[in-house]
Amino acid sequence: MISKPSLRRRTMQIATITVALSLLATRPAHAMHIMEGFLPWPWALFWWLMTLPFWIWGVRRLVFLMRERPETRMMLGVAGAFTFVLSALKLPSVTGSSSHPTGTGLGAILFGPAVMSVIGSIALLFQALLIAHGGLTTLGANAFSMAVVGPFVAWGVWRMMRKRSLWLAVFLAAALANLSTYVVTSAQLALAYPDATSGFIGALMKFGAIFAVTQIPLAISEGILTVLLFNALQSNAAAELRSLGALENVA
Amino acid sequence: MKDAKPSTSLSPWIVLTLIALFALLTVAPLLWLENSEFPGADALAEEAIQEIAPDVEPWFQPLWEPPGSETESLLFALQAAIGAGFIGYFFGWQRGRKEAAPTGRRGAPPA
Repeated sequence: MISKPSLRRRTMQIATITVALSLLATRPAHAMHIMEGFLPWPWALFWWLMTLPFWIWGVRRLVFLMRERPETRMMLGVAGAFTFVLSALKLPSVTGSSSHPTGTGLGAILFGPAVMSVIGSIALLFQALLIAHGGLTTLGANAFSMAVVGPFVAWGVWRMMRKRSLWLAVFLAAALANLSTYVVTSAQLALAYPDATSGFIGALMKFGAIFAVTQIPLAISEGILTVLLFNALQSNAAAELRSLGALENVA
Repeated sequence: MKDAKPSTSLSPWIVLTLIALFALLTVAPLLWLENSEFPGADALAEEAIQEIAPDVEPWFQPLWEPPGSETESLLFALQAAIGAGFIGYFFGWQRGRKEAAPTGRRGAPPA
């Protein structure tokens, strides 16, 4: 790799750009959950109401799975456990701050997005109650970004890409679920705190431009970790994957 | 990615490369930015919001907060341990089931 001059030059360029961007990014990124009490109450209520239908849908789906297909319980546990591990890992990023993966992509691939809206919210509730990370008033907003939009993006990407390449589909589903989660977080903050002069768009650009740099390497990391776990499942639990339909219509 | 086939797993080399890539993505920022303490972005988010809206006051406090960063990291470790523990349990359970299966082949799970 090092011997190829063009590749080396490109690597140097990317490194330079990354360092330059990280120096520009003096304002820390909003790359995690919205803190307790920090959304004005009408917005807090709005996001609770937006998330509620997905919880109802997800709970009904879970009840159906438990009743009709109890053999899927262990895989449900794996999907939940993956979200638990990943959302506990604060990884350093190029902007000099830390943020974390979400782990919702895998469960969305296996069980669809509705189930993950419940499972992802359980991880958020754990953090809100025990670690004062995120919060109860902001749980609706945080669940909407991490447990609704993320899984839906993952599921959509998976359905579109799986016929072309299984591994690329898994990678992109997880990475884009992560990225979209934090795009939504930025939008939620920009809606609640529009810039005094440039309004919502200005605030969104401000939040978005900075957090994108923080989050892109972490989204790639999340994609890699999800591919690794999916691969381990395929080697050790192919029958379970097949019974969930996760190996249907794949390249 | 032409090498992806329906029921073949990734080759060990690709798995090792992916692990190395993940390690690189995580370690590179630590080596690049020597003067950063990599604070959690959520703690800093409070400051950033107050920059845009200086008079904003959180209108609700967490019901309970860990007394300090040591307890906080304990609880994060607990969260990760619960998740990792279950994933480890699952793969051990799968392996045991496979070894106990009479045919020794990877078949449908026992009813």
